[in-house]
Amino acid sequence: MIEIENVRKSFGALEVLKGIDLTVSKGEVLTVIGGSGSGKSTLLTCINGLEPIQAGKITVDGIEVHAKSTDLNKLRQKIGIVFQQWNAFPHLTVKENVMLAPRKVLKQSKAEAEAMAVKQLTHVGLGDKVDVYPGRLSGGQQQRMAIARALAMSPDYMLFDEVTSALDPQLVGEVLDTLRLLASEGMTMICVTHEMKFAREVSDRVAFFHQGVMAEIAPPAELFGDPKDPNLQQFLAATH
Amino acid sequence: MFDTALTANDFLFLAKGAGMTIFVTVIAVFFGTVLGIIFGVIRYQIGPVWAAPITFVLDIFRSIPLLIQLVLAYAFLGTVLRLGLSGLTVACIVLTLYTSAYCAEIVRGGIEAVPLTLRRASRSLGMTWGQDMRNIVMPLATRVALPSWIGLALGVMKDSALVYVVQVTELLKSTQILITRLQEPLLLLMICGAFYFLISFPVARFGGYLEKRWSND
Repeated sequence: MIEIENVRKSFGALEVLKGIDLTVSKGEVLTVIGGSGSGKSTLLTCINGLEPIQAGKITVDGIEVHAKSTDLNKLRQKIGIVFQQWNAFPHLTVKENVMLAPRKVLKQSKAEAEAMAVKQLTHVGLGDKVDVYPGRLSGGQQQRMAIARALAMSPDYMLFDEVTSALDPQLVGEVLDTLRLLASEGMTMICVTHEMKFAREVSDRVAFFHQGVMAEIAPPAELFGDPKDPNLQQFLAATH
Repeated sequence: MFDTALTANDFLFLAKGAGMTIFVTVIAVFFGTVLGIIFGVIRYQIGPVWAAPITFVLDIFRSIPLLIQLVLAYAFLGTVLRLGLSGLTVACIVLTLYTSAYCAEIVRGGIEAVPLTLRRASRSLGMTWGQDMRNIVMPLATRVALPSWIGLALGVMKDSALVYVVQVTELLKSTQILITRLQEPLLLLMICGAFYFLISFPVARFGGYLEKRWSND
């Protein structure tokens, strides 16, 4: 379970998260929508401790992320994150990209890591690309590789930070299909996205962020069908 | 024109000089690179403000002509501190520091060329700072830095000719000694140049080979 309590986060004088309260339980798929600068992506990087917070508390399975005593490297093994930019390691083949962290962090044997890599890559539809370098893949394929790379660590949670935003439109579908597949398998996911149709289909709940505040959170039918927050109404009108 | 007084012994004398050039260069480039990596990583890691003292010292080594550094170091270490170091030792120390000053810049540039987003990705997979450095930053930075580093190594090799001022007889000094005796400057300088070329060429080619091998897309 991920518990977020009154989290405040600033970049210098700019406060991007103004007291967020949110709980995500095991097996839930939460999507976060909102305009740019609403703080939704920042929240994800706070959850896995890439960014410090100024106030409040985030706990993952009871472990406080920003406590000094927390071993972040260990905690991050539980929390996979995939970014807008897929960040393929260009000097490693697709398979080696996926094998690296299991080998170095989980100390898996080469055979073990390789089996896991092939399994995860096949899972995301890249079974025939394991030995090429990422430079030869399309953006959508690289993004699916990044997902497989995160999954190879057998995380309990997956965070997706606008994973389709940097893709050409015709490549968005294949990545969303991969996310749908994960959701259907019961993975706990927080997806920051601009894909409203996707949010409507896969989410258990949808949260709307506006200027650093979580303005509304509800199951998709309710949030899209009967939006109460005026900013959300405006946002939905603009995106439709 | 092939009527020369150059004997096999003289040729050996030149080869010995070339050996000294290679020796000094290898020492300076090896230890200079190790130090350069340490300085470069520290400078990058602690940021420009805290690194200012290191940067200042490295700038001194980069901006004062090597010839002056050698003479001053020899005089200071030998006459003032009375350490009784040989010219060769002084030459190796000065050239090493000189190399490390340039190498630190190359290393810092290489590290900066690795996108921060890649490092975030590796850290968020649970890798430690050291694992990220070893597995992501080092290989990628090396690819970026290699051409400059090869240039530095070749430059140091040629700059090493200056160590004659601390009584080290390397290739160029050997040539000069022979020129004084035989009075055949053109031939001797051609041979000397050929030696330098023979030393540099494999290094340059090896660099080219690595660059080609690493360019997987």
